Amino acid sequence: MKKESTSPKKIGLPFQIQIEERTDEAPKWLSPVLTLVSVIAALIFSGILIASVGGDPLYTYSRMWKAAFGSWFALSDSLTKAIPLILCGTACALAFQMKIWNIGAEGQFFLGAFGASLVVLGPIVPEGSSPWVYIPVMMLFGMIFGALWGFIPGYLKAKLNVNEIISTLMLNYIAIAWNNFFLFGMWSDKGFQMSKKFPKAALLIRLSDIAKTYNIKELRGMALHLGLVFSLVAAIVIYILIYKSKWGYEIKLIGENRKVARYAGINISWNVVLIMLVSGAIAGLAGATEISGVVKRFQGSISPGYGSTGIIIAWLAKLNPLLTIPVSLFFGGLIIAGREIQPSGIPKMIQGIILVCLIAFDFFLNYRIRLIAVKQSESAIEG
Amino acid sequence: MELFQLLAAALAGGTVLLFGMLGGIFTERSGVMNLAIEGYMLLGATISYSASASSGSPWIGLLMGAVAAAILGILHAIICISLKADQVVSGLATNFVGTGVSLVLGANLTSLVGTVPLLPSVAFPKLLELGWIGEGLYTLTKQSIMVYIGFVLIPIAQWYLTKTRPGMHLRAIGENPEAADAMGINVNGLRYVYTILGAALAGIGGAAISIAIYSGWFSELTTNGRGWICVGLVIFAQWNPVRGAFGAYFFGILSRLVLDLKIPATLFGGLVANPFFLHPNYTFFLEMLPYFFTLVVMIIGANSAKAKHIGAPSALGRPYSRGEKGKQ
Repeated sequence: MKKESTSPKKIGLPFQIQIEERTDEAPKWLSPVLTLVSVIAALIFSGILIASVGGDPLYTYSRMWKAAFGSWFALSDSLTKAIPLILCGTACALAFQMKIWNIGAEGQFFLGAFGASLVVLGPIVPEGSSPWVYIPVMMLFGMIFGALWGFIPGYLKAKLNVNEIISTLMLNYIAIAWNNFFLFGMWSDKGFQMSKKFPKAALLIRLSDIAKTYNIKELRGMALHLGLVFSLVAAIVIYILIYKSKWGYEIKLIGENRKVARYAGINISWNVVLIMLVSGAIAGLAGATEISGVVKRFQGSISPGYGSTGIIIAWLAKLNPLLTIPVSLFFGGLIIAGREIQPSGIPKMIQGIILVCLIAFDFFLNYRIRLIAVKQSESAIEG
Repeated sequence: MELFQLLAAALAGGTVLLFGMLGGIFTERSGVMNLAIEGYMLLGATISYSASASSGSPWIGLLMGAVAAAILGILHAIICISLKADQVVSGLATNFVGTGVSLVLGANLTSLVGTVPLLPSVAFPKLLELGWIGEGLYTLTKQSIMVYIGFVLIPIAQWYLTKTRPGMHLRAIGENPEAADAMGINVNGLRYVYTILGAALAGIGGAAISIAIYSGWFSELTTNGRGWICVGLVIFAQWNPVRGAFGAYFFGILSRLVLDLKIPATLFGGLVANPFFLHPNYTFFLEMLPYFFTLVVMIIGANSAKAKHIGAPSALGRPYSRGEKGKQ
């Protein structure tokens, strides 16, 4: 057993603290418990920070809870926000499984939104087509453009060993400028910072549409849209890919140990490109669903940081696409709540602190802390 | 004259990147990844701006900015060094915390524009007596004090890293921590020192934005990705301060050119019409340039690293604990 920092504390304690690496698997219950503990710890830390700028943390939290999950409408809103988060979280989780740090989900999201809009505004599909043509083509274009945006850093990483963290990040900024060019230069509607509204056939079905068609009063005005189904399917498919397929095994092996993977005959360069393509496509789908389900037109500032939140979600979900679903609901609620409270930076701060607590508490998964009684005679000698 | 103005702006713009990049180099040379520069910078910019406003002294503001970033650096250090977590994720997490905390603490700062005391500028009016070249040099040297501090810092950093004993220890713990430990160097202790130092330097870079060079606080747009450009510069610099300084000033020129190309109706003294003036929408492509060039710079850096067999510090990203030699 490997040991470290075994030097006894010479304060005269009757025991010594010993930190050692776990040689066995940590117990199954430990990981979810630590996740919960880290979220609670993060809320406490954030509460302290909120109090330090003169806010009332308990009041803030209860307001946030009410805004996010307090009613069916609030829940519908939070779920709507969860759709792009599930997709971005899944995109990040997939890439992180291979230790490819795709932090460009934001840029891929923007390009996905661009691709879906191109179908309508290009136009790729003739005007007046049926939703059965519009929606699949829009989703496909979103995925293609997202994948393209993922391909660039993937290729640079595989061929030239360019650090993918920086390249994906720089592409985020480039994507925003790219979208702005089309927004202001090509598709602006009468000089406004938005395009004309999409035709109804190009919009994803919402709960409120169902309410109108079937006259269900309870669903009236709810914004939850069909994208939820897409995101759930995507999460499940990627889950199966990662945990049940041969490719998933290769990905995890590369993530665990690149050398072993190479000796096993796995083509790492190809896998880097492939995973960035798939990851980008999923994030692109997020952009497409958001534009078609929520925004209904092409415009700027369509993301309150879905891409970067996706990173935290992936980590909180332990890189498991299925777990991104509940985690995304929580974060969707956080975004909704953020609109209600001041200062508006609070949700972002809570997100950051959650991630910090999470990786800090992961320490207990890999190491165990032991208190070892020091024999009286030994401590007498030292004393 | 315009050339001097461009160079002057390049010096100013490059200085911000210079501090962040030097911070990155010091931290990474010790074997700890530093992806949190953006967060450090934004926190440094926020705290220095608000401390400068409330204390009335920009120097106290600068100090507080550096201290705040250093505290955030302690967080990164604890996670990376003591808790041995993944340094990439820790960097991202630290970034989020820095950004989030800045947005919360800075919520009321935008209203302070124009009332915050700024760090002094330095100018040499005597140069004006030397004719047009003197006028040019006057424009070039009329800079915030931070520009001079940054300029002086480059050779000091280079000298410290390559010629001094503590600098040698710094390189040792990043290249071969086992050997350094055997020499009696406190590997993890020094890593703490340099992680915190790197954070403080990036915080000073942030202060250079908010209370010296761009003077103002504009929420996340205060740094607007400059910290990430610094991360790219560190790699381009191959962890060498002088090389990185050239990169930083080059980016200074670039970011100024983006502004210069937007405004005038004609270019090259009226020879050609400015396409960006006629079609203002094309300026969005201009705005891509700094980020695009970061990509180019990264590709150049990766290529020359391959050619010269210079790479990252060998132990970069690998936490050190005794008796785990060879563990990746």
